[in-house]
Amino acid sequence: MSFEPKIIGILCNWCSYTGADLAGTARMKYPANMRSVRVMCSGRVDPGFIFDALAHGADGVLICGCHPGDCHYVEGNYKCMRRIPLTQRLLQDMGIDPRRLRLEWVSASEGGRFQKIVTEFTEEIRALGPLKLRDMKFDMNRPDRYSLMAEAGDTVHTY
Amino acid sequence: MVKVTIDGLEIEVEEETTILKAARQLGITIPALCYNELIEPYAVCRLCVVELQRGQRTRLVTACNYPLRESVVIRTNSERVQRLRRMNIELLMARAPGAKIIQDLAAEMGIERTRFPLEDSDEKCILCGLCVQACSDVVQAYALGFSERGSKRVIGPPYDTTPETCILCGACAYFCPTGHIKMTDTDGRILHSELTLGPNAAITLPFRQAIPNVPRVNPDYCIHMKTGGCELCVKVCQKEAINFTELAQDSFEEFEVGAVIMATGFQDFDPTPMKLYGYGVLPNVLTSDEFERMNNAASPTGGRIVMENGEEPRSIAILHCIGSRDEHYHKYCSRVCCMYELNFAHLVNVKTSAEVYQLYIDMRSFGKGYEEFYQRILDEGVNVIRGKGAEVVPAYQKRRGEGGLLVCCEDTLIGKYREIPVDMVVLCTALEARADAAEIGRKFNISTGADGWFIEAHPKLAPVSTTTEGIFLAGVCQGAKDIPDSVAQGAAAAAQVMKMFCQGELLMDGAYAEIVEDICSGCRICNGLCPYNAITYDIEKKVSAVNPAMCKACGTCVAACPSGAITGRHFTDEQIYAQIEGILA
Repeated sequence: MSFEPKIIGILCNWCSYTGADLAGTARMKYPANMRSVRVMCSGRVDPGFIFDALAHGADGVLICGCHPGDCHYVEGNYKCMRRIPLTQRLLQDMGIDPRRLRLEWVSASEGGRFQKIVTEFTEEIRALGPLKLRDMKFDMNRPDRYSLMAEAGDTVHTY
Repeated sequence: MVKVTIDGLEIEVEEETTILKAARQLGITIPALCYNELIEPYAVCRLCVVELQRGQRTRLVTACNYPLRESVVIRTNSERVQRLRRMNIELLMARAPGAKIIQDLAAEMGIERTRFPLEDSDEKCILCGLCVQACSDVVQAYALGFSERGSKRVIGPPYDTTPETCILCGACAYFCPTGHIKMTDTDGRILHSELTLGPNAAITLPFRQAIPNVPRVNPDYCIHMKTGGCELCVKVCQKEAINFTELAQDSFEEFEVGAVIMATGFQDFDPTPMKLYGYGVLPNVLTSDEFERMNNAASPTGGRIVMENGEEPRSIAILHCIGSRDEHYHKYCSRVCCMYELNFAHLVNVKTSAEVYQLYIDMRSFGKGYEEFYQRILDEGVNVIRGKGAEVVPAYQKRRGEGGLLVCCEDTLIGKYREIPVDMVVLCTALEARADAAEIGRKFNISTGADGWFIEAHPKLAPVSTTTEGIFLAGVCQGAKDIPDSVAQGAAAAAQVMKMFCQGELLMDGAYAEIVEDICSGCRICNGLCPYNAITYDIEKKVSAVNPAMCKACGTCVAACPSGAITGRHFTDEQIYAQIEGILA
């Protein structure tokens, strides 16, 4: 059986959730791998949600918010914009490919863009393969401490 | 009080009143050249000389600066006075033959020419020093003075150069009795770019229909504001309505209000960066605002449409969509331009015989009666060309005579490139959000969109509300719109406010953030994060608290709280974790 990634999408209520809704009402097709969770603002996204999703078997997490300058809550998306790179760095330190977490801006009118992003992201996660978190061994002293991750097809990016 | 007799008439005046003032009260005229009641008398021209009799002795004194202290008899027109006055006027005639006022005074006394040799037949200055006094005592700019001595004495700025202290107020020219000093407009051209200015006196009505309809002091021109001197208006105003001590101090007033309607409007797009249209470089290239100002009956041209040389233009091109519907500047349509441009064409047709060219991308006559107006303009014979004006270049003599302009465009209806020779170009500039809109938005906790306009709570269902409770939008600050739409939105905003006030109680959203006091460590991270200033720190309890009326439930603080003390109602951590785990189960 081919690998079907599980992806959690955390969408802001005002832009991205409405954009996803638009993609739906416009009958645009995108992979069913992404399941969405609605929050009021991308600024509400606690990095805990991301770790929780990955820990419970998600292979990727997609965060969508309003375009910079268009936030319904003035500047919540800027806060998200600062948190996500930090979270990606944490993921990397944990041995998880930071590409498994992605932040995108989707406005309420961009149903097409939402479709494109979800399709692309799903394909990217599919290429990265499953996140075998439970099989990962972590030894601080080994220089190739992310060896298992490399076996799983992930590559480590350094910033 | 002293009782004096002037030319046989008795009058009682206050002590220290000058003879001249007392005589004027009686209606007796005493000629005086160098006297101005706003300036301390200097008694230079000696024309106001009168005969003063005290007891048996008579003497000649100058009326302008002689203070009355005791009962005296004054004769203003005795033979002795007349003889001396005639001598003085002859001397003045020789000194300043070019001054018409002296010639006229001499003619009144029956003198046709002076016996003395003329110094310079064009000379007008009588060295009265009124200008020097005006500059130093009134204006306090100290830019004028006497130089040289005796027969070489002259008045002028130091070393005959324009001094830095001169503020170009023109007071010297105003006080000069002989017209020797003049303020002149050097080339007498009409500067279209300055049409928005009113008359540049320091005290004017802002514009003719101003409310309240009272003059105001313009600090940019006021001499007092520049040098601290002058205050002549205070001396002249009998109602004592001018008060510089209060004016100079702006005060900040604080009001407590329950609702705010933002109606901050727009600013005009500045076409200077669009070099192709030559605004600010080529003559007779105007913005729509300047053209509108020129058309106003209260404008410096009195509503006439004229070029910079004062002549009526023979042809005018009106260019639509300057800065709007443009990838490089503003992508949006400014919405009002098409209709006011058609109105411009109509005004030109009514006022002049000029040919009008309208260069448009799309004609958007969307409102009630607008399309009919468009048809009427077409019937009036306006040349309507579909194609955006691409460039405005100067046209040289072979085409149109010097100073003409060429408008280049592609006429997309006939598929041809055209060059249209015109005398005047009107650039219809975009409406754009005010430069400080984002800053104002931050103060009121409302956001601006990518175009800079304030964002309404919902584009269809809440077009006058904002995401902040109690703040409403009206007019162009929310997006380009015409007058009927602005009026409608303003009325809607007022109704929204009334609705809020009439209810007596505020209906709140159930979703807001809460802080559990026992867990809160008082780190205050959340205080700075809240875009609505809804979180305050309780110094006594050493914890932060959310004001639920101000909270909009965005959840930014919930995600940021390091101790997990903040709960976002309806979007709690437990709920979201449960959702994620449920999906993945």
